[in-house]
Amino acid sequence: MLFQVRGGVKLSYRKELSSESPIVQMPTPKRVCVPLQQHVGSPAEAVVEVGQWVGKGQLIGRGGRGISANVHASTSGTVIAIEERMAPHPSGLTQPTVVIEADGHDRWAELISPITADFPLPVTPKEISERVAAAGIVGLGGAAFPSAVKLDMRYKHSIDTLVINGAECEPYITCDDRLMREAAHEIVDGVRIMAYALAVEHIIIAIEGNKAKALKSMREAAKADSSICVVTVPTRFPMGSAQHLLLAVTGRETPADKRTAEVGAVVHNVATARAVSSAIRRGEPLISRVVTVSGYGVREPANVEVLLGTSVEDLLTFCGGLHPVPTLLIGGGPMMGAPLPSVHAPVVKGSSGILALTASEINDGPESPCIRCGKCVNACPAGLVPVEMAQLIKRGDLQGAKAIGSQDCIACGSCSFICPSRIPLAQYFSFANGKLGALDRDARRQDRIRSLIQARSERTAREAAVKKAAAAARKAAKTAAAAATPTPVAEATEASTRLLEAST
Amino acid sequence: MIDAHMMTQAAQAVGAIGLLGTGLGVVLGVAARYLSAPVDERAEAVAALLPGSNCAQCGYAGCKQAAAAMVDGRAAPNCCPPGGASTAQRVADLLGVRLTSDGTDTALPTVAWVNEARCIGCTRCIRKCGADAIVGAIKQMHTVLPEACYACGLCVAECPTDAIEMKPVMPTLATWHWPKPVAKSATPVH
Repeated sequence: MLFQVRGGVKLSYRKELSSESPIVQMPTPKRVCVPLQQHVGSPAEAVVEVGQWVGKGQLIGRGGRGISANVHASTSGTVIAIEERMAPHPSGLTQPTVVIEADGHDRWAELISPITADFPLPVTPKEISERVAAAGIVGLGGAAFPSAVKLDMRYKHSIDTLVINGAECEPYITCDDRLMREAAHEIVDGVRIMAYALAVEHIIIAIEGNKAKALKSMREAAKADSSICVVTVPTRFPMGSAQHLLLAVTGRETPADKRTAEVGAVVHNVATARAVSSAIRRGEPLISRVVTVSGYGVREPANVEVLLGTSVEDLLTFCGGLHPVPTLLIGGGPMMGAPLPSVHAPVVKGSSGILALTASEINDGPESPCIRCGKCVNACPAGLVPVEMAQLIKRGDLQGAKAIGSQDCIACGSCSFICPSRIPLAQYFSFANGKLGALDRDARRQDRIRSLIQARSERTAREAAVKKAAAAARKAAKTAAAAATPTPVAEATEASTRLLEAST
Repeated sequence: MIDAHMMTQAAQAVGAIGLLGTGLGVVLGVAARYLSAPVDERAEAVAALLPGSNCAQCGYAGCKQAAAAMVDGRAAPNCCPPGGASTAQRVADLLGVRLTSDGTDTALPTVAWVNEARCIGCTRCIRKCGADAIVGAIKQMHTVLPEACYACGLCVAECPTDAIEMKPVMPTLATWHWPKPVAKSATPVH
C-alpha cells in the first residue's frame, strides 16, 4: 500500500540513452587523484607519504573527528603528491588530494578477513557497522553521508524499518537500474547485512515503476528473505528523496530539519547495499562505483564501473569523448547535480552521473517576470511557497524567507523546472540557505570571541588587583622597616603570594 | 610657635570643609538615587551582543556608547566591523528593525596576519589584542590565531614595524555557498 506524496513533477527521463548499456569496467587509468573529502562531515587525514607505494584498497586517509569517512587507494602504485587539487564542486575550489601514479598491476593490499558465513551472521551488529565504517562506505545515491553513522542510529533512536532506495528519480541516471538488474543478489545480501546491523524487522525495497526489469530481478533475488518487500513507487520526481520515499512507502512524515531515523526508519541506496556486501563478504573497501555517463554531448553513453579518483576527462575519453561540444557538464543528475568546474575534476564516491548536456537539453534563456501562476507552489514537495520566498530573498530579506521555511527546501529544483518564466527559484534558496548557514557559523564564532574578550578583561583586572596589593604590601613593609620594628618583609610578600594564588 | 588660637582656627577650617563635603556628598547620593537618568535596558542588551573590546572602529568611544547610539537610531545596527553580519543581524532582531542587503555585499571577512620576516617580538600587539588572539613572547615570533581574531585592527596600528596586515579569509569547500542569482541576459551563458 502506498501513501500520497505532496508535490513533485513529471519529467522526460531520457534514461534510454544508457539504460540498455550493461555495466562495463573501465581500465585502470595512469593516475588517480583521490580527494580526502568525498563525504559529508570532516575531511579524512592523509596517512601515507609522498613516494610511498600503496596497495589497492590500502587506507590512505583516516576519517576525521565526528562524522567522517575513511578513504582508500583505488589502485596500486606510488603516491606522487598530496596536494591541493580541484574538487568536483561548482565553486572550482581545491581540496587536499592524494595523487597515485598507478603501477598497472592493480595489486590488492592486505584486506580485512571476510565474513562468508550465511545468516544469521556470526558477528555482532556493532562489528558490521565498524567494518562498514572502516571500508569508507558512504551513501552512493549522491548525498555521500557516511553509512556507518546511519547504521549506528539504532543506538540513538528506535529503528524498525529499513528502506532501500532504488527509486533513481533523476533523469539520465541509470547506474542503480543497471546494478539492480546485474547485481541483484549482491544488493539483497547487502540489504540483509544492513538489516542485521540495524536489527529491523521490516525491509522495503522501493523502485520506481519505470524500471520494470530492475523490479523483476530484485523481486527474484528478494525471495532469499521473507522480511523483504519490494514495492513499486510512482515515477514522479523527487521520489528518491529519502523523506519522500519513506512517506510514500510507510506513510511516516519526517519533521522539518530532522532525519528519517527520528520516525524509526533508515534509508539506504541500492548501490550502498552492494558496497556493504563487498566490504563484508570480500573485505573490499569502497574504491570504485558505477557512474552513468550520458547526455547528447557524449558519443557513447554508458554505465561504467570507475575507480574513485579517475579524472572526468579519462572517463569521458573512455566513453568515446565529447561530441558535439556540450554546453554544460554536470556531476550528478540534471535536477539536483551541480556543474563541474572542469574535466580535470575526479570521480568521487558521490558521483552518480557525469552528464554532458547540449543546448537542446537545457531550458536556458532569459528570465521573465513572475506571472504568479502558482505552479511552483504545487510542485514543491516540501510544501513551501517558492514564489514568496524568492521575492523575499530577491529583496534581501533572508530572515523573512527563513521565517516561511526556506531552510526546509530540499533543493530538488522542481520549482525552477516548472517555472514558465525561467526564474532560478532553487538557486535563490541555495543562496539564501548558504548565506543563513554562514551567518549562523559567524554568530557562533562571535560568541566564542566574546567569551575570550571577557576572559581577558577579567584576567587583566585580576592582575591589576594583584599588582596593587603587592605594591601596597611592599610599601607597608618599607614603612615598617623604616620604623625599625622587626616586621618581617616575608609576611607582606606572603600576603601578595596568597592573592596571586587566589587569582589564578 | 603655634598658639592655641591658631590651632582653633585650623580646626574650624578643617571642620567647615569637612562638613561641606559631607553635606554635598549626601545631596549627591540622594540625587543619584532619585534623579538618575533611567538606564535603557535595550542599550545594555545590545552592548552584550557587541564584542566588548572597545576598539572604537565604529566611531564611538566604546561598545557601550555604540550600543546606546544604535538604540537611539544614531548608528546603524551594522556599524560594528568586527561584529560582522551575524552581530548586525542579532542587533537588528533585538531592536526590531529589518536589516536588508542586496546580496552583493561580497566583502570578505578579514583576519590579522603577522609577516614573520618583519616581526621583532616586541609583544605590543599581544598586549593590545582584546581577545588574546596573538601568541608569542619577547623577542620571539608572534602569530595570530585566526579562529580567535575578530579583525578589530588595533594590532595593525600598534605594530612598530608594520608587520601586521589584515588578510581576507578565502572561502573553502566548507564555507562556500551559491551566489545570489543575477538576471540573465538574452544570450545563453556558456
